[in-house]
Amino acid sequence: MISQEKILERLFFYLNRLAPPGASIHPDIDLIQELGLDSVKVMDLVMELEDEFDLSIPLNILTDVHTPTQLAQAVFSLMEHADGVVR
Amino acid sequence: MALFDKFGKLAQERAALVQAGLNPFGTRIDEVFSPTEGRIGEWRVVLAGTNNYLGLTFDPECIEAARQALEHEGTGTTGSRMASGSYGSHVALEAELADFFGRRSAIVFSTGYLANLGVISTLAGPGDIVLLDADCHASIYDACKLGGAQVIRFRHNDVADLERRMLRLGEPARNALILVEGIYSMLGDQAPLKEIVEVKRRLGGYLLVDEAHSVGVLGAHGRGLAEELGVESDVDIVLGTFSKSLGAIGGFAVSHHPEMELLRYASRPYIFTASSSPSSIASVRAALRTMRARPELRERLWSNARRLYQGLAGLGYRVGPQPSPVVPVLLGSSEEGVAFWQRLVEHGVYVNLVPPLAAPGGQALVRCSVSAAHTPEQIDHIIQAFASLRASFDGVIAKA
Repeated sequence: MISQEKILERLFFYLNRLAPPGASIHPDIDLIQELGLDSVKVMDLVMELEDEFDLSIPLNILTDVHTPTQLAQAVFSLMEHADGVVR
Repeated sequence: MALFDKFGKLAQERAALVQAGLNPFGTRIDEVFSPTEGRIGEWRVVLAGTNNYLGLTFDPECIEAARQALEHEGTGTTGSRMASGSYGSHVALEAELADFFGRRSAIVFSTGYLANLGVISTLAGPGDIVLLDADCHASIYDACKLGGAQVIRFRHNDVADLERRMLRLGEPARNALILVEGIYSMLGDQAPLKEIVEVKRRLGGYLLVDEAHSVGVLGAHGRGLAEELGVESDVDIVLGTFSKSLGAIGGFAVSHHPEMELLRYASRPYIFTASSSPSSIASVRAALRTMRARPELRERLWSNARRLYQGLAGLGYRVGPQPSPVVPVLLGSSEEGVAFWQRLVEHGVYVNLVPPLAAPGGQALVRCSVSAAHTPEQIDHIIQAFASLRASFDGVIAKA
């Protein structure tokens, strides 16, 4: 299975496309409050990650996600539990 | 952080946007003269930012029906549909809606927002899966959140993307609730419903179509996009509103599933609010009769819609992807949108300004809504106002 670091690396790839030009992105930056993404962009990011990892990622995870690290953890956790309701 | 500190950023953004002049996000319409004319401050304006598609808000029969209900049933029910808020007229309207849509049953809610909340959140709870179009209305997103189902979002009007996500889900997709709209409220475009139905036939799922902007607008009888495309029998649930073509306030759901009736005992947004006032219900019943009896209203609406769409496109504005009674004009930043909107009012035209966050594509847009009650001269007045601003906003329009 893919590592959490690799997930974070790919997440950064998409974040670089979505974030305002010149923004400094780091693993613990708050995606909305600090990086300035709006909620629609965060949901778009989730769709990109679904296709990247061929994984269903319900929007519900966003309730507890504020930073790239937390998002990577959530995706990793979904991969680990891919036998659940949502795969 | 103190309780109200979270609004600091919003307050700054608001202050920066509306430094002077009218506030597009809190417009006071001082007088309403007709379905299509009003006064905002010192400006008499053509109202092209309502959802009054058939222009029935001043229809004499609707007004008389509301007046009679006021006199005979009072100003409000003061009760929930589950308690003292179901009058004979509420139940009669439900029967008339079921008849109009050719469905087994209908449920009337107090607003369109509550209809979405009440149906979607009750049907799709924890353990269920919802697949929703990315451009669905905020009420649908809120409903999903309230229900607690697993929410999977697919790219707007992209049937292949929906199919990919259903295949990825595997067997659970057969029980998923697919949520789309007949006409999308921001860009005025229609769902590819025939193709979505094809996917549903192959992969399963339940299909719910929010026809808020398409009832009275599409279909030979005005039943919406599903009727227009001949796929009504494949749509499990139709949601709609009374606050657009039907000219009042309220919402409804119609379905052929017998279990829908049980929502009355399980849907919190149905139970824990007061029912619609009798006058509103009465005017909706009259509007429904008028809508059925006068298909020429729909023809006039589309004639006006095409006239405006072509007129604005001809001026070089970037408009929505297809002619529609919702005609968006894409602009640039919020600041540019506010300036454009204010100038339109000064030229005697009221439209809606949609900030980038709420607009697909992340650009501000002004949304024009056409009515059957607009005269061709009023449509031309709107086009002329846009023409007057064309040169001043050339840079903004080029960027859009």
